[in-house]
Amino acid sequence: MSNPALEKIFTKYPCASRENLIPLLQDVQEKDGYLSEESIRDISRYLKLPSSKIYGVATFYNQFRFHPIGKFHLQLCRGTACHVNGSAKLLEAVRKILKIEPGQTTKDKMWSLETVACMGACGLSPVICVNGEFHAKVTPKSLIKILDQYRVQEAGHAGK
Amino acid sequence: MAKITINNKEITVRENETILAAAKKAGISIPTLCHMEGFPPSGACRICVVELEGRGLVPSCSFPAADGMRVQTHSPRALKARKTVVELLLANHPDSCNYCARNQSCRLQTLASELGVRQRVYVGHKEKYKLDASSPAIVRDPAKCILCGRCVRVCEEVQGVAAIDFVRRGSKTVIAAAFEEGLNLSACVNCGQCINVCPTGALTENSHVKRVLDALSDPALYCVVQHAPAVSVSIAEEFGFPAGSDVDGLMVAALRRLGFKKVFDTAFTADLTIMEEGSELVHRIKNRGALPMLTSCSPGWIKFIEQFYPDLLPNVSTCKSPQQMMGAIVKSYFAETGNLNPRDIFSVSVMPCTAKKFEAQRPEMACGGVSDVDAVLTTRELAQVFRMYGFNLKAIAPEAADTPFGTRSTAGKLFGGTGGVMEAAIRSAYFLLTGTELENPVIDKVRGLEGRKEAYVTINGMEVGVAVASGLANARKVLDAVRAGRNDLHFIEIMTCPGGCIAGGGQPLGADLEAVKARLAALYDLDCKEGLRLSHKNEDVVRLYKEYLVAPLGEKSHRLLHTHYHAREIV
Repeated sequence: MSNPALEKIFTKYPCASRENLIPLLQDVQEKDGYLSEESIRDISRYLKLPSSKIYGVATFYNQFRFHPIGKFHLQLCRGTACHVNGSAKLLEAVRKILKIEPGQTTKDKMWSLETVACMGACGLSPVICVNGEFHAKVTPKSLIKILDQYRVQEAGHAGK
Repeated sequence: MAKITINNKEITVRENETILAAAKKAGISIPTLCHMEGFPPSGACRICVVELEGRGLVPSCSFPAADGMRVQTHSPRALKARKTVVELLLANHPDSCNYCARNQSCRLQTLASELGVRQRVYVGHKEKYKLDASSPAIVRDPAKCILCGRCVRVCEEVQGVAAIDFVRRGSKTVIAAAFEEGLNLSACVNCGQCINVCPTGALTENSHVKRVLDALSDPALYCVVQHAPAVSVSIAEEFGFPAGSDVDGLMVAALRRLGFKKVFDTAFTADLTIMEEGSELVHRIKNRGALPMLTSCSPGWIKFIEQFYPDLLPNVSTCKSPQQMMGAIVKSYFAETGNLNPRDIFSVSVMPCTAKKFEAQRPEMACGGVSDVDAVLTTRELAQVFRMYGFNLKAIAPEAADTPFGTRSTAGKLFGGTGGVMEAAIRSAYFLLTGTELENPVIDKVRGLEGRKEAYVTINGMEVGVAVASGLANARKVLDAVRAGRNDLHFIEIMTCPGGCIAGGGQPLGADLEAVKARLAALYDLDCKEGLRLSHKNEDVVRLYKEYLVAPLGEKSHRLLHTHYHAREIV
């Protein structure tokens, strides 16, 4: 095995059986922020499960990502309250502006997008969360401002 | 035992037998899509629903029959449900039946017709999918996939490969290789068993029909064709003959009509393989080489061992497969004796196999930049070409194959079925080691469709252990035993497809177990009827050694007929 960090995770699952797959995937994602092809291959060798099977299981669940998250990780709530208050249109706007689908990361690695079921902030709906900062009652129009704000912040950092 | 009533008819069934199996016994046909005979039911498609009194609609493939049940298999409600299932499957299906390789052999099309679907009832969102034509053997079109899962199951459960699986879920589900890579990068061994079980045109072979027809119409090319042992006993089914009809002569005649200058029999090079492989086995036994020796005729199996058991590669015979041996001697000996430039020869093979397409393009399978074999047609593709040319096999007079590679022993012909290589090899190895012939050339223990077979043959006082496996999941069991230290075996034959080439991934579709049995019986019948039963007695093989190759395992043999394989990384 080439990756010592993964090795360390594997020691938590000494019997290397199939039922360890999902906890293992969760641990690896916790460590890397996503599931890389290399880590899936390593898990495949460890559990003696074909990588096609692991990829199949991992893509079944929304919780797993296959791209590293961007500098700004945008979580968009698609729960009931947010939906009623227009989160579908908001998602459409995010996709248009960032040109990525949920689960993906922009080519410049700045933005990644994730849709979540409910963030428990229904009173603020529709709500988005960027790197842990919540933004309430977002509209496609205010979204542009919010995204720009992060871009400016990033440009400021880069300039220093 | 339980008594159930199906369509007002009382039937006695075994406990836990499914309604589908019970109905079948009673001669009642219930349509299925995802169901696979001999496998646990998956109950995915719901086309087999029947009406169970007091319960409603239940999937007959997975619902166990119980005492006192009353079932209607074709009640108005059941029929309507089935029709709706088909209508829903068609909702996002491309309307491209006319352009589909499976036009008129598609299960979905047949069901739509049988159930009277005459209009598009549901209009579903059609995802845009990329056609996966990355593999030299198999083309995947996810747009035509109905997610029945049969390919996934055959790949994992029969072949032990698991190159593909369901990816994502709900309406976003597709069947794909790991990381949604092309099949060429996946663990796929190109066996084509997935094509044989696919109900639609989502899986097809990578067709070489066009390149063959182009070559035939090119006056600068000298077109030569070879046909594999399993083709002549199966292609007849495409033309309405009963399963197990041998139409060797008719096929040879039809191939000649297509414009091939020479029609050779791959069973000739099967005999040649036996000379080389038999000698190699004897050499290994005498010189303490890597044993057990593993056969190398089946290209799906070769890719399998390269990927999954690379530590056992030294045990694989260095012999090329009969297809590649024929390709190599056509472009060397035959070209030299006929004053032909190997580059002007277009060498076609007709194979029961899709993996042969992969094998033909392997870099190991060329000499001086010239491929041994230029195009590979499956049995199905050749049947398609015959139909295109309007050949009626029933109205053609049989012809004999061409010299110098047209003569074959029935041992070479046996290569078409599981255990055949072993039987042929034992016959000749016995001769090579003792100088005498086996009293009875039939080795019963390696015959039949059993997935794993073993035998011990006493030659010169030595007990030679042989094993035969077909279907790669069976191969795994034998190989795991060898890895674990089992050492009583000297020679192992492995065929990728369950039953061998007669049930290959390029064979006529829709063949059931009975058809496969009939094909195998046809091979045994030839072996019983014809006189020449020993590869080493094939006079054309003897002459080839005398005039050109000199001796088995000689310098020329090594250059033309042998190769080496290497460990292979997969995604």
